[in-house]
Amino acid sequence: MQTKPIALTILDAASVIVLGIAAYLALVFAPTELVMGDVQRVFYFHVGTAWVGLLGFLIAALSGVVYLITKDMKWDRFEVAAVEVSTMFFFITIVLGSIWARPAWNTWWTWDPRLTTAAVTELIYVAYFMLRQGIEDPEKRARFGAVYTLLGGISAPITFMVIRLFRTIHPVVIGNQSAAAQGGFDMTADMRTAFFFALFAFTVIFIDLMWHRLRLGAFQEKVEQLKLKVSI
Amino acid sequence: MMAVVQKDLAAEFRSRELLSAMLVFSLLVILIFNFALELDIKTRQSVTAGVLWTTFAFAGTLGLNRSMAVEKDRGCMDGLLLAPVDRAAIYFGKAISNLAFMLIVEAIVLPVYSMLYNVNLFQAGLLGVILLGSIGYTAVGTLLAAMSVQTRTRDVLLPILLFPVAIPVLLASVKASGGLLDGAEFSEILTPLNILIVYDVIFIAVAYMVFDFVVEE
Repeated sequence: MQTKPIALTILDAASVIVLGIAAYLALVFAPTELVMGDVQRVFYFHVGTAWVGLLGFLIAALSGVVYLITKDMKWDRFEVAAVEVSTMFFFITIVLGSIWARPAWNTWWTWDPRLTTAAVTELIYVAYFMLRQGIEDPEKRARFGAVYTLLGGISAPITFMVIRLFRTIHPVVIGNQSAAAQGGFDMTADMRTAFFFALFAFTVIFIDLMWHRLRLGAFQEKVEQLKLKVSI
Repeated sequence: MMAVVQKDLAAEFRSRELLSAMLVFSLLVILIFNFALELDIKTRQSVTAGVLWTTFAFAGTLGLNRSMAVEKDRGCMDGLLLAPVDRAAIYFGKAISNLAFMLIVEAIVLPVYSMLYNVNLFQAGLLGVILLGSIGYTAVGTLLAAMSVQTRTRDVLLPILLFPVAIPVLLASVKASGGLLDGAEFSEILTPLNILIVYDVIFIAVAYMVFDFVVEE
């Protein structure tokens, strides 16, 4: 039985600390947005979780491809870990977005293309888990999982492009200054600090959780092997 | 490849179980929409494209499920895989026969819908959009159906896997068909049309590349 690596323990502590700092920066340090008020503070974590959510889906699609080429179960574990952690983060993104949308758009949810895409992406990865659950052979499970993350990884950006082409009310905060009417805003320097720190903090937390999940995956595999040994 | 297509079509024309099921099913879906949406003249204008594509998508999953389940149940898939041909030929054969079934169903649903609701659906542009949309839908659908028949939950899983991945194609198809039915300019529907073509090309290529991994034992 491997013991927990020290680096991981340090990373655990670091995650808690950066999360604390990010929360402080978002809730206290960053200036209150003029039009929307305090609710705008959700934005820092909203984008932070969305960023790692999408990062994880990208990692999952890539490790899926690597798995299909190398057939090394390590990459399958990587893929599952990434999808699992990201699905959770992405869910948080959607919930936080809803909390912001209630006062800003006066509704929890609209069928705006970008929100729809987020929901669809989330559903793709829920479907991914259902697919894996239905297959007993681990090798086949890994192959199908890899194929599906690849399909999902390609389909999600296309859906995302479709939204950019059709009308959207989701504010584009970065790189588009004409969005003020939709709840967009210009960031001041302090806001930017809080924003980029939130991105950094969630990246650290993401790596930490990924690491834990990878270890868990390795243990799972070991347990399965031991079970096989016992039954023989 | 053409042998697979021929085999599927011949089997189907002899038994007609799949086509008739898809047809009756899609007519029922249209009927249900009629009650659910109260398709009077005003709403009809705006929802026709949506109703049509929902019907096609549902009927499509029915067909995809069935065509792969037949291969699996009677052990025909193993026979196909043993045949000394490229796996890609099996994929394209399956995809083309699935596409043929879907197009046949559409070819019957369209005039029925036109007649029942007094909308003229026979425009060259619309038929083109339907063809492009069906190609994209069956390209992904065939691949995912090959996956889902090998799982424990089988038929139940296919729509769950397929619908989220096929959203871009359905969305673009509905937009393009809706635009055409409203008599929009060609430049307006160019965007969804481009998306459809891009989707078709990308997903045919991807499905072709990964189909090997899905059927290998």
